[in-house]
Amino acid sequence: MRVIQFREALREAMNEEMRRDESVFLMGEEVADYNGAYKVSQGMLDEFGAKRVVDTPITELGFAGLGVGAAMNGLRPIIEFMTFNFSLVAIDQVINSAAKMYSMSGGQFNIPMVFRGPTGNAGQLGAQHSQNFENWYANCPGLKVVVPANPYDAKGLLKTAIRDNDPVIFMESELMYGDKGEVPEQEYLLPIGKAEIVREGQDVTFVSFGKILKVANEAADILQKEHNVSAEVINLRSVRPIDYQAIVDSVKKTNRIVVIEEAWPLSSIATEISYHVQKHAFDYLDAPVQRINSMDVPLSYAPTLVDGALPNVERTIQAAKAVLYM
Amino acid sequence: MSQVKEKKTRTTQKKSSFDKETYMRWFEEMTLMRKFEEKAGQLYGQQKIRGFCHLYIGQEACAAGAVSALKKGDKWITAYRDHAQPLILGTSPGAVMAELFGKATGCSKGKGGSMHMFDKENHFFGGHGIVGGQIPLGAGIAFAEQYNGTDNLCICFMGDGAVRQGAFHEALNLAMFWKLPVIFVIENNGYAMGTSVQRTSNVTDLYKLGSAYEMPSEGVDAMRVEDVHEAVAKAAQRARSGEGPTLLEFKTYRYKGHSMSDPAKYRTREEVAEYKKQDPIEQVKDTILKKKYATEEDLEAIIDKVKEQVEEAVKFAEDSPFPDPKEIFTEVYAEPDYPFIMD
Repeated sequence: MRVIQFREALREAMNEEMRRDESVFLMGEEVADYNGAYKVSQGMLDEFGAKRVVDTPITELGFAGLGVGAAMNGLRPIIEFMTFNFSLVAIDQVINSAAKMYSMSGGQFNIPMVFRGPTGNAGQLGAQHSQNFENWYANCPGLKVVVPANPYDAKGLLKTAIRDNDPVIFMESELMYGDKGEVPEQEYLLPIGKAEIVREGQDVTFVSFGKILKVANEAADILQKEHNVSAEVINLRSVRPIDYQAIVDSVKKTNRIVVIEEAWPLSSIATEISYHVQKHAFDYLDAPVQRINSMDVPLSYAPTLVDGALPNVERTIQAAKAVLYM
Repeated sequence: MSQVKEKKTRTTQKKSSFDKETYMRWFEEMTLMRKFEEKAGQLYGQQKIRGFCHLYIGQEACAAGAVSALKKGDKWITAYRDHAQPLILGTSPGAVMAELFGKATGCSKGKGGSMHMFDKENHFFGGHGIVGGQIPLGAGIAFAEQYNGTDNLCICFMGDGAVRQGAFHEALNLAMFWKLPVIFVIENNGYAMGTSVQRTSNVTDLYKLGSAYEMPSEGVDAMRVEDVHEAVAKAAQRARSGEGPTLLEFKTYRYKGHSMSDPAKYRTREEVAEYKKQDPIEQVKDTILKKKYATEEDLEAIIDKVKEQVEEAVKFAEDSPFPDPKEIFTEVYAEPDYPFIMD
């Protein structure tokens, strides 16, 4: 199968959907003339023109709300945030407008739109550019929250998100845009809300999503090689809805679970999964649920402080050993 | 300056280019809004209507003059003082009253309440509860009209409080830059809840804020429905001919408090009385009588008819069922089988 970059997979998804449906357009900072701050939208202005690939001033609240209004009136906007850190100045429109409209209008105005862009740390960018809000958005009914982990997911899930009739938060990573992976030439769509078992295992379940899935996979490799421990790795793909069934099924098999996530620990996706597992698989658990999150602090600049705060392979292996009483 | 002068000229001209039919329509529509809101106020006192409840009494000319100046197909959006507009856009008074009661037959199926009236069929894009939040939405509704190449526009209402929000300034900038077919209307009733305009900024002629974005802007005496109509018609002409948005400041007044829980102690009796002398409905009535478009008796008959309509609306709301509790999980997602967390 051919191999393409994560950013190319996203671009293919948008290109294909924009060719398929005239009502889809892309709007955001630097998406058109500049070809995308991270080159995701490279060439799209040339193909679709300035009507459908729209550069904005730095005005996130304005263009996020404008997107919601356009969605109320029949269009299917893709609104790009240069990063989700900047979505905070637009969050009123995401939470109070996009997520509420269908409900508070009694089903008259659905919001078929995608808010997309990178989330999480991307190296030494300092505290304001290194945050994860997957759990914030996932907390809010009315939204769907998708976090792809590789180019294959990125394309299949973004195409589905664009066709979805509800507002979808689609969270990427600056650190993944250059990642390469197999993506079929022929069209495919991936459902939102279905997890993927990335590797099967017997001894412990790892649940993760987004770029931190790499940490889980690497830890699983090392555990297999060095400790003969077989980890089952689940890629959630979306954190609203969460595929609880896949998690519970796996825990019933392995009896042990570690959740690995980049967000801060309090009210995280890991916390939610821990609740669900103790409620629905209590008798199957042979050890307390473990979670690996970023440390409970703003991310600092110095490399040592970054490395010490983020989830990593070593902490994941330690957690696996803890649930295995090794 | 030129805009102020322009306004004065028009007010002093008092030209009556409006025919009998228009005046009679205005009288009936404004009376309907007034009587409906008076009844809503009463029912709030009886606790039939709960939650927040913001009445439109005093501001009727703002909606009536805009409706007569626009056409079907144009889109409307406003903040949470939103009962009156749908009434004259075609939503049945029963559906609005039922929404106030929280009944399943309400125009938002009892899911919206006082602040969230919606009626897609009649192009009413809703009442919105976060001050200023609807302004970018209005720009987006207009963006879609421009994108689809229609000759429809969006009229986007807000209160005077909203103009201090970032959303207002961001939306004005984008709308003007992209020449979106939108009319921004500030219904300046003098008070953002209890805070007078004079206590919020150095700039108290709110229409002047448009000049920061080179947007044509104008102050309008919105106690005169004729002035409202003319200003909106001119703005609509601009929007439809591709020249972009207009900012209109409707100088109006609300007779009641900000909401039902507000005794409005921040203003004097004299001030309220002064505005009531310029009552928009009384002004229309005077013109009708002066021009002999109708007699006192004719107008009384209209008032009686409207009162009956309102009574019927109340009866409809009373007789309607509350939504079934099962409706909690409907219409949250367009996806029919969304897996809600149930424990």
